[in-house]
Amino acid sequence: MRHEISILIIGLFVVLSTASVTAGILSMRAPKPLSATLVNLTQRINAWWVMVALMTIAFFFGRYGMTILFALISFAALREFVTLTHSRRSDHWVLLGMFGIVIPFQYWLVWTAWYGLFVIFIPVYCFLLMPAITALHGDTERFLERVSAQQWAIMISVYCVSHVPALLTLDVPGFEGRNLLLIAFLIIVVQGSDVLQYIFGKLFGKHRFSPTVSPSKTWEGLIGGLVASSLLGALLSFITPFSPLQASAVAFIACTMGFLGGLVASAIKRDQGVKDWGHLIEGHGGMLDRTDSLVFAAPIFFHIVRYFWTV
Amino acid sequence: MSKLALRTYTLLQTGTSVGLSALAWAVTGVRPIWNGSQPSDRQRIYFANHTSHGDFILLSTCLSETERAKTHAIAAAEYWGKSQLRRFIAEDMLSSVLISRQWTSEAEHPISIMLSVLDQGHSLIIFPEGTRNTSDELLPFRSGLYNLSIARPDVELIPCWIENMSRVLPKGQFLPVPLLCRVVFGAPVAVAPGEERRAFLQRARAELMALNPRPDRDD
Repeated sequence: MRHEISILIIGLFVVLSTASVTAGILSMRAPKPLSATLVNLTQRINAWWVMVALMTIAFFFGRYGMTILFALISFAALREFVTLTHSRRSDHWVLLGMFGIVIPFQYWLVWTAWYGLFVIFIPVYCFLLMPAITALHGDTERFLERVSAQQWAIMISVYCVSHVPALLTLDVPGFEGRNLLLIAFLIIVVQGSDVLQYIFGKLFGKHRFSPTVSPSKTWEGLIGGLVASSLLGALLSFITPFSPLQASAVAFIACTMGFLGGLVASAIKRDQGVKDWGHLIEGHGGMLDRTDSLVFAAPIFFHIVRYFWTV
Repeated sequence: MSKLALRTYTLLQTGTSVGLSALAWAVTGVRPIWNGSQPSDRQRIYFANHTSHGDFILLSTCLSETERAKTHAIAAAEYWGKSQLRRFIAEDMLSSVLISRQWTSEAEHPISIMLSVLDQGHSLIIFPEGTRNTSDELLPFRSGLYNLSIARPDVELIPCWIENMSRVLPKGQFLPVPLLCRVVFGAPVAVAPGEERRAFLQRARAELMALNPRPDRDD
């Protein structure tokens, strides 16, 4: 596995260095003051350096590193979601439980690989018990809106995100001890697809995909990004249990889900009247702005691998 | 106080202030938005909306280390002076200044206590609503803000809108829900020549309310 990891790290280093140098040259030649797009591009690339560095560090700590890192990502994402959506004074205990009980318990289930409870704890138990607690408080003002917001919050920020470290619990015959690479594959392909869609959209984008939801998404960006990230998937098949063709198909599905995740996130933000979820990552917005695609891709990727590649 | 005790005491206060700021940041990711004023070492009175015991911790987290060391929150003695422990937390750990709503002697007069803090060159955090507010609207301001400004016209009055604290730590709760918060610092407000007390207080209240970044929210 060391061999594959070295290749990935060198590959990411080369890509990011190229990006930094390109952005540097563009900024040098561009008229001053720099346009907002160029400033944002540089900020985004710098943030990528930090994110890749953090992921690499977590990678070297293996199962501990991944579980803790994604629990923290869930915390940051949940905080952004709950901040944005409506809640009332009487929701205090439910909100506390989401941070204090749901996150630790869900990641404990990941840690102990208790698959049976891991997949139903949030969609069954939390789904039913949280509105029950809210009803017991007796405050019915905008009840459905409040409980839906709470359920979407833990579904997106905790349940979906926890499927990334849960990849470590899968038993793929002939792939023992190398599951970390599945995480690397998923993240590189899905985040790569975001970047590729952005690049294709900036270069060739003409036809808006959905003007009412997200004006920045174009058909050209989507198609270019999906084709390129499927190729990227095939290229990375050497770190996976998939054949090159299978890898590109899995990558295509994951990235399509990722695109839809971005679209849904945009719709929620538009409904709540904000542009970004938060300000955690310079140039990108909040944690959820960066992970909205991963959130939708992770459970589907998890179940594809589980269904077709485990015994 | 002996030298050692004094040093321990300073260490306790610095430690508490750094620790609380780190905690406030970890829970709320608090960010200052300087919207009309800038961070400065000028002597100031920061006045803010009040919904939670966490308010002044959040506000002081947004100030620089040196600023924080010479900025004191004004708190109600009726609540914080009730037990030895509360008084210790308020006065010794948080270096806030307690005033009594039912003062009897002239030395206990809230304005004279606050003026004596200002006379040491220190800054103040005050909550002119006078109590933690549980309604959607700001309560009418008490006169303290006006009286302080008349007595010390050189001290800048900075309105500060503290966002979301009513949801993080509502009145009557003791465990905070981690939600993102911002503190919006507005342009200084001063008593205009000949301006009446009530008119000034209404204007200051309106200036503070105008800083709310999401006035449409009702939670």
